[in-house]
Amino acid sequence: MKMIEMPVIDQAKCNGCGLCLSVCSCQALVLVGNVVTAVETTDCGWCTLCEAVCPTGAIRCLYEVVIEE
Amino acid sequence: MCCLCATVGRGDIILGNMVVEAEFLKSIPYFAGLSPVELDAVARRILEREVKRGEIILFEGEPARELYFVASGVVKVFKTSPEGKEQILQLIRPGESFNDVPVFGGGLNLASAEAMAPGVLYGIRKSDLEIMLRDHHKLAQNVIQVLSQRIEHLVSLVEDLSFRHVTGRLARILLEYAGDKGGERRLLTQQDMAAMAGTAREMIGRSLKFLEEEGVVRLERHRIVIKDKKALKEIAGVAD
Ligand code: SF4
Ligand code: SF4
Repeated sequence: MKMIEMPVIDQAKCNGCGLCLSVCSCQALVLVGNVVTAVETTDCGWCTLCEAVCPTGAIRCLYEVVIEE
Repeated sequence: MCCLCATVGRGDIILGNMVVEAEFLKSIPYFAGLSPVELDAVARRILEREVKRGEIILFEGEPARELYFVASGVVKVFKTSPEGKEQILQLIRPGESFNDVPVFGGGLNLASAEAMAPGVLYGIRKSDLEIMLRDHHKLAQNVIQVLSQRIEHLVSLVEDLSFRHVTGRLARILLEYAGDKGGERRLLTQQDMAAMAGTAREMIGRSLKFLEEEGVVRLERHRIVIKDKKALKEIAGVAD
């Protein structure tokens, strides 16, 4: 099965504040214990709000830049 | 909380809540270093407001009546262009304030604010703030400090006001990262782009949207696809 790209979470930086979950419009992020994990889902439309709101810089929504053939 | 209810009277429970509130208040730059008596005076004037996701808290152009602090949740401060386009100016997280400049300046709300998540806001009325500032010098000092930081932030935004420059720098970054065929994939975030372009993340979001509307790039999940390399080069100011 093809892996779905998801925002990358640096769990060492996550303080469990839950702000990313609160702005996410799908259920892509969950708190497990006291750190956030991303669940693979195409519902995540890469709005990057989770990255924008994270106070510790723990979430990275990475882009690959490609030229259309 | 339950053990409190079981063992103490009503007044004490309220006191218990106040302690929590005071702890939170102390973490807000406006109230740093205030004495317990002063914090208590502040807490008494706070109006708690629960907000739902998507709820509009303030409308741009209306008289500024209250200063707000986010206790929980996230608030988006934004402006809407005459064409109806929204521009996010700032995301306000717990402990941060918004609408301060117009409240102190006595003007109109400079931007609108919307709750991006369910949350709780603490509001203080303009008239109450004025009384508190008169009575508590430390608070007045803090306000000056917070407002000077705001000015610093605004000055840095003004330096970036030339939207064209930011878009040009972004175009250069995209060209540099594109077409790295065969080699290792180089990935970058909007935060990285902002740092590389020496601007705020919000400006990058705006520039990307602009490039997409112009038909130069297409934003996909996880990918920025350059549709018109020639146009991007022109925007970047680099020769073909
Ligand atoms: S916003 Fe950042 S620090 Fe807070 S829970 Fe999410 S990943 Fe962790
Ligand atoms: S990019 Fe948007 S949809 Fe995807 S996980 Fe983050 S907040 Fe949720």
